[in-house]
Amino acid sequence: MSGPSDYQPSHPALKWIERRLPIMGFIHSSFVAYPTPRNLNYWWTFGAILSFMLAAQIVTGVILAMHYTPEATMAFRSVELIVRDVNYGWLLRNMHAAGASMFFFAVYVHMFRGLYYGSYKEPREVLWILGVIIYLLMMATGFMGYVLPWGQMSFWGATVITNLFSAIPYVGDSIVTLLWGGYSVGNPTLNRFFSLHYLLPFLIAGVVVLHVWALHVAGQGNPAGVEPKTEKDTVPFTPYATIKDLFGVSVFLLLFSWFIFYMPNYLGDADNYIPANPGVTPAHIVPEWYYLPFYAILRSIPNKLAGVIAMFSAILVLVFLPWLDTAKTRSCKYRPLAKQFFWIFVIVCILLGYLGSQPPEGIYVIAGRVLTVCYFAYFLILMPLLSRIEKPRPLPNSIADDVLAKTGSKVTPMVSTVIALMVAGGLFAGSVQSARAEDETPPSQKWSFAGPFGKYDRAALQRGLKVYKEVCSNCHALSYIAFRNLGDPGGPGYSEAQVKAFAAEYKIKDGPNDQGDMFERPGRPADYFPSPFPNEQAARAANGGAAPPDLSLIAKARSYERGFPWFIFDFFTQFQEQGPNYIVGILTGFEDTPPAGVTIPEGSYYNKYFPGHAIKMPKPLSDGQVTFDDGSPATVQQYAHDVATFLMWAAEPHMEERKQLGMQVFVFLVIFCGLMYFTKKKVWADAH
Amino acid sequence: MTTASSADQPTRRDFLFVATGAAAAVGTVATLWPFIDQMNPDASTIAAGAPIEVDLTPIAEGQDIKVFWRGKPIYIMNRTKKQIEEARSVPVASLKDPATDESRIKSGHDQWLVVIGICTHLGCIPIAHEGNYDGFFCPCHGSQYDSSGRIRQGPAPANLAVPPYQFVSDTKIQIG
Ligand code: FES
Repeated sequence: MSGPSDYQPSHPALKWIERRLPIMGFIHSSFVAYPTPRNLNYWWTFGAILSFMLAAQIVTGVILAMHYTPEATMAFRSVELIVRDVNYGWLLRNMHAAGASMFFFAVYVHMFRGLYYGSYKEPREVLWILGVIIYLLMMATGFMGYVLPWGQMSFWGATVITNLFSAIPYVGDSIVTLLWGGYSVGNPTLNRFFSLHYLLPFLIAGVVVLHVWALHVAGQGNPAGVEPKTEKDTVPFTPYATIKDLFGVSVFLLLFSWFIFYMPNYLGDADNYIPANPGVTPAHIVPEWYYLPFYAILRSIPNKLAGVIAMFSAILVLVFLPWLDTAKTRSCKYRPLAKQFFWIFVIVCILLGYLGSQPPEGIYVIAGRVLTVCYFAYFLILMPLLSRIEKPRPLPNSIADDVLAKTGSKVTPMVSTVIALMVAGGLFAGSVQSARAEDETPPSQKWSFAGPFGKYDRAALQRGLKVYKEVCSNCHALSYIAFRNLGDPGGPGYSEAQVKAFAAEYKIKDGPNDQGDMFERPGRPADYFPSPFPNEQAARAANGGAAPPDLSLIAKARSYERGFPWFIFDFFTQFQEQGPNYIVGILTGFEDTPPAGVTIPEGSYYNKYFPGHAIKMPKPLSDGQVTFDDGSPATVQQYAHDVATFLMWAAEPHMEERKQLGMQVFVFLVIFCGLMYFTKKKVWADAH
Repeated sequence: MTTASSADQPTRRDFLFVATGAAAAVGTVATLWPFIDQMNPDASTIAAGAPIEVDLTPIAEGQDIKVFWRGKPIYIMNRTKKQIEEARSVPVASLKDPATDESRIKSGHDQWLVVIGICTHLGCIPIAHEGNYDGFFCPCHGSQYDSSGRIRQGPAPANLAVPPYQFVSDTKIQIG
């Protein structure tokens, strides 16, 4: 469709270049004069949103790679140092991590849009298949990126996913060894994943170029599914599509920023704030949300090889879509049956995703199997069948007719169907949820740092530091916190002199000196809190076999299931305080006599909120143990609250900055989206 | 932009476009800043650049040590009488980068020369006690510095820089 351009630059210098390299003519014909159907709706802006996200991921990724260390013993710490020390490192990391999710969210919308409007049909088969290739590359990239922080989920995710290949008969084990570069997931694996994670996005960009090329050859599809015939059916890409896409991107930025600034850990897994440990597997291995439907399919098949085949087929079946659905009518708008089944299929995918996040037991397994069958039946049975039996509604004669005939009333039945199905799905999921016997979760506390305007309570931070110093630090390290951090803005608010004095109370091992000896010296602000034990083995030996965890990240590394529907409300209420709630729960949840029927092994203690209830840590706090200078009550409840506040700060030292900047960004974005909306309206006023 | 305009209100329309464009420009520039600022030294690097203390007692007359501060080599030289005399006898006006020896040391501690050991030509490390001026000789392109660290010969344009430092006692200095 983008034929030879009639673009003629006026400036002689530009003319000179244009004759030798007609790049401006190319851009002009592809992105300015290019005719785009005038009836595109906002679902079509997701192409632009995806291009934006790809660029954003590459830029933030290149920057993170400047600070990241791809080495097994240092990777986890280097990510923490990015977040804590690099200027705006927290922002860049949140952008990249949330960006991956946003990228997948947008790609799913884009794919479902293609499915609904029949964008894969003749002559756009190659365009569609290129899209599936991009999606596969995205999955590989996303997976390897998730391994890089080298937390528990990274490590075990890498183990589980690479082990999928071991299902291949005869050569499976050799392939897995090849992927690992060792006999288990380790440093060589991390190194090659880093290399490939850097490479693949550029491959994606390359395939995107092909995708757009194919798009410009076949022309864009449109909601009516009839090809443009006359001039009246199209508008030039610029300014019409450009401004609409930009408006779409700016609205999308609102959602993106919500995650970056307010819910950075909502989509992540608390276990990934625990450094990789090859000796302990987390209780529930869950991949990132965007793989969950496929993970559910994998798990619902009781045979290893068959499960892996089913999982990959679930993606590969998309390649054959143009030949499975042979209906002449493209758009589901004019296919009453296909439309119903499309929405049912959307629900099936969402439910599969939900099941993928739940432990594979009881009713979940059965539901998973039923939905897996539904998933494949949609493509393999329903689509060919519908193409033959369905009688489509009459198509509009042209796009221009479609635009003129457009009224709002048609949308209502579709929306109501969606809502009805959502409610049904929700109820189903809810009933599934309540079928499980829930462990008691720690009660929610009131936190000064919760919500969009949250700030740490300075006095509580200082009291919490005191509790840590006098009690917790006897067994627990705090190795990511330097003394200087106590004076950082948004922290306990110590003055420079106070920080110096505080640091000087500690003895820090340094050296070797000129004689080659290690020596002790008083701490300096740049030093980190020293650990109570020289190594993990010593910590283990001194504590009955259970090493007390480092507390620097504990407030983000511990969480509990919120369950359906709470996790949906949490998104809107910005609830992120599972960690501190859990800490208070543990510190106040000790009971001298376990409830009847519960036996606690020798050397362990009963705790109401500890998973499994048998904790190796004896009750650490009792009333009156620490005296506060500010007259706050010397009670366990107060200690727990203060130390949890302090540990939340330790885990997230830039939270105040994050929320403040977030507010500014939101004010800006809302205004900007408003301006974009009116600009878009003004521009389009000419087209109607 | 399209040339067809809603002729009734051209100014309002233009204002809208300009406002939107301006907001987009402001947003883009503000977004760029974190992407640039991340290249600056991070908090741990800055903290590690805090002042250091150096004990001078082990350095005998005529000897020197090299310590590192902020990743830079710092020469601390205990100068001999002869070196001091040489540094002071040369006419200041004849120097390429005129500076008196007194201005490059702390008075009362005349024998101590503290300079950043980075050649002002292109950053190599000069060798102490070499060259024709009883000072430093840079092997890279042959710059020669005297016993006050001043450039005397070769391509380097300026004297060796003096880092910020002070004497905390007669035998101890704090650099930074
Ligand atoms: S760097 Fe020393 S002379 Fe060129």
